[in-house]
Amino acid sequence: MTSWRSLSRTKIVWPLIALGALLLLNLFFTPHFFRLEIKQGHLYGNLIDILKNVAPIMLLSIGMTLVIATHGIDISVGSVVAVSAGAVAILIGGDLAGHPKYPIAVAMIAALLVCTAAGMWNGMLVSRVRMQPIIATLILFVAGRGIAMVFTNAMVIWLYAKPFAILGQGYVLGIPFSIYIVAFVLLLTFIFTRRTAVGMFIEAVGINPTAARFSGINAKNILFWVYTFSGLCAGISGLIVCSTVMSADGNNAGNLYELDAILAVVLGGTSLNGGKFYLFGSIVGALIIQTLTTSIYAIGIPADVSPVVKAFVVWAVCLMQSERFRTRIVRVFVRKGLSA
Amino acid sequence: MPEEMPVLSMKRITKVFPGVKALSAVDFRLFKGEVHAIMGQNGAGKSTLIKVLTGVHEQDSGEILLEGKPIRPDSPLAAQKLGISTVYQEINLCPNLSVAENIFAGRQPTRFGGIDWKEMTRRSEELLKRLNLVIDVTQILSSYSIAIQQLVAIARVLDISSKILILDEPTSSLDETEVEQLFKVIRFLRDEGLAIIFITHFLDQTYQISDRITVLKNGEFVGEFRTEMLPKLDLIAKMLGKELSEFSYAADNDQRKRAFAIAGKDAKNVLNVKDLGLRGSIAPFDLNLNEGEVLGLAGLLGSGRTEMARLIFGIDGANQGEIQVKGKKAAINSPRSAMMAGMGFCSEDRKSEGVFADLTVRENIILALQARNGVFKYITTRKQLEIADEMIKSLAIMTPSANNRASQLSGGNQQKVMLARWLATSPIILILDEPTRGIDVGAKLEIMELILNLSRQGMGVMFISSEFEEVVRCSSRIAVLKDKAKIAELNGEDMNESSIMRTIAGGN
Repeated sequence: MTSWRSLSRTKIVWPLIALGALLLLNLFFTPHFFRLEIKQGHLYGNLIDILKNVAPIMLLSIGMTLVIATHGIDISVGSVVAVSAGAVAILIGGDLAGHPKYPIAVAMIAALLVCTAAGMWNGMLVSRVRMQPIIATLILFVAGRGIAMVFTNAMVIWLYAKPFAILGQGYVLGIPFSIYIVAFVLLLTFIFTRRTAVGMFIEAVGINPTAARFSGINAKNILFWVYTFSGLCAGISGLIVCSTVMSADGNNAGNLYELDAILAVVLGGTSLNGGKFYLFGSIVGALIIQTLTTSIYAIGIPADVSPVVKAFVVWAVCLMQSERFRTRIVRVFVRKGLSA
Repeated sequence: MPEEMPVLSMKRITKVFPGVKALSAVDFRLFKGEVHAIMGQNGAGKSTLIKVLTGVHEQDSGEILLEGKPIRPDSPLAAQKLGISTVYQEINLCPNLSVAENIFAGRQPTRFGGIDWKEMTRRSEELLKRLNLVIDVTQILSSYSIAIQQLVAIARVLDISSKILILDEPTSSLDETEVEQLFKVIRFLRDEGLAIIFITHFLDQTYQISDRITVLKNGEFVGEFRTEMLPKLDLIAKMLGKELSEFSYAADNDQRKRAFAIAGKDAKNVLNVKDLGLRGSIAPFDLNLNEGEVLGLAGLLGSGRTEMARLIFGIDGANQGEIQVKGKKAAINSPRSAMMAGMGFCSEDRKSEGVFADLTVRENIILALQARNGVFKYITTRKQLEIADEMIKSLAIMTPSANNRASQLSGGNQQKVMLARWLATSPIILILDEPTRGIDVGAKLEIMELILNLSRQGMGVMFISSEFEEVVRCSSRIAVLKDKAKIAELNGEDMNESSIMRTIAGGN
């Protein structure tokens, strides 16, 4: 009992329970949801689909977690995904024979640099100009798609350079290659924040920026680098998005991804008020969102009703995380038990 | 005059907030044609009283009579309709509207269904002329100085027809000539028969402008006095809640002896401040601090103690003067640079400037040291625990463990955690702004004992407290502040409460 209690206080438990419940629901209501087949040497099935589709959101949510921990928000990430896709596409080029214009590695690094610069722009506005994060990142939210259109000349560019497809379509040991990228970024981020003082400083700035400044923390720099990092994550995410469909569409690539990323962070237990952050929670949060989407399709709920279902589940998960709500529920049940 | 009926009388007003009795049976009278100052230290109940009067809070008991009729305003708007207007310290006008629009916002004169701009301009000019102010009223408000904006705010509430005008810290961001201009207006309005409540921390201004003073302390009514009948020294004594004869002259003897010892030796100077100042915050001051010395900063609320500390620690940027640490010029332009130079600073505002409520005690303690080491010289969790546990032990911080959240600790223990944060960096200069505020008596004594111990170990400590008694007990030297300036330093035999008060009162 006591161990369950201490467990229930750790933030990761509730998102995990929600994810488990979703999967359990599928076990009963969706035939073949868990079936895995091997076709052409790859695993196929709903679970693999989920992993394949979730990678871009997971990457965004890693960057977003740190931004939200500083009591900020970055709504430009969806547009930066489009910028990244546009940049890498134009550098690889739409040669039908699949010969890249520039080496693929060079194209990818260049795209990442552009996105890092985009993050720096956000970081500068928030930390130096001291704009409110939502307004500061709104600028790139709008402008980013324009920049992507400039890169692609307002057309959808199709790519044929095969090696580039590995990023979004490749498999290693039966698991999508993109998941390895996520794991790598997650691990690096974890080490970088939790095995240095960075994580503590981010939390300190998020909880009490004045006290952080008074304690000798360079809050401005923390903010700057956090937004820069979020830009980089969006860049990596954009490469995967582009590679998955082998095309760059300035209008639709990463459309509304920022909302899913924010949602993943919140579902994972990091408060929008800043402070304590949970990287693994955000990853589970992203999994919940993607599992939900896939389940809705698999169960056969009409597409036009699916946002309502999604909204309902999100609402339920958020309630579950509220300690106040939980104690109230427990009280209701206890009272009923007593009277019965 | 005493037989005249007061325009306002508040009788036995009591207001209780959860855990605090903010006002207990406070009386307050206000007459036509007088300026009435309300004086008191922190937590005296000044602002609560005003908030009850202006309908922000509702009193739990007691009654308010306006011109003999009971009133019970339930919102600032209701109070204003009754003729009680307030001009706040932060001017609540729209800086991006014109002066005329500000004066008439919400009640513009109309003509043929549209706004009559001409009429509005004419009436605005007329109103301001009454206050001796001739400006272009069609310009936007923010193009004028704070002083003029304040007069515009006054003009606005006067035009809405006022019986009572409340001025809440109106002079805090004005310079001397602007204050004089404001006072002229206040005197003019008083002579016209307006009843004015004046709230300020500036002692001298109270004497310049007020006819009557009501003193509050800890939510209780101390007394109502005619200003000319109340010497400054008595006012200070009443604000602090003591009679002059009560003061103990016994400072910490050991401390004083040591002070002489320090002065006798070639004292090692750790901090030397020359002509440091910031316009609108604190007048330029000199200050020096020796190794092993406790320099007390004594002054009333708003006298500039905190401003002095903030300037030295680089929180506010000084616009003149220089700071030397251990004889070397230190370029201090941020708390970080002050920390790097060897300083530590515990803010008086524990909640919003000190403690990280959601971080653990361990993290709270380690933060400054880690910030000084830099991001990448990570102090391992084990080492962090070691440091935290040592601090918890040596400062007797009451917490179940170093890994509990700081929010679970009592005020006194949170204060110790803040102290521990700086002690972990082993500073050479420690600035403590009201470290004893809002904590229980036992914790106060512990903190003071700690301060003495630190100075014995050679640290230079600056100690700020509203309680003169505490300053006298801990300090080896005392700097006295008044009205945003350092006015004197007290040594040796002069270090007692009554001479601090006499110094503040200025030989009155």
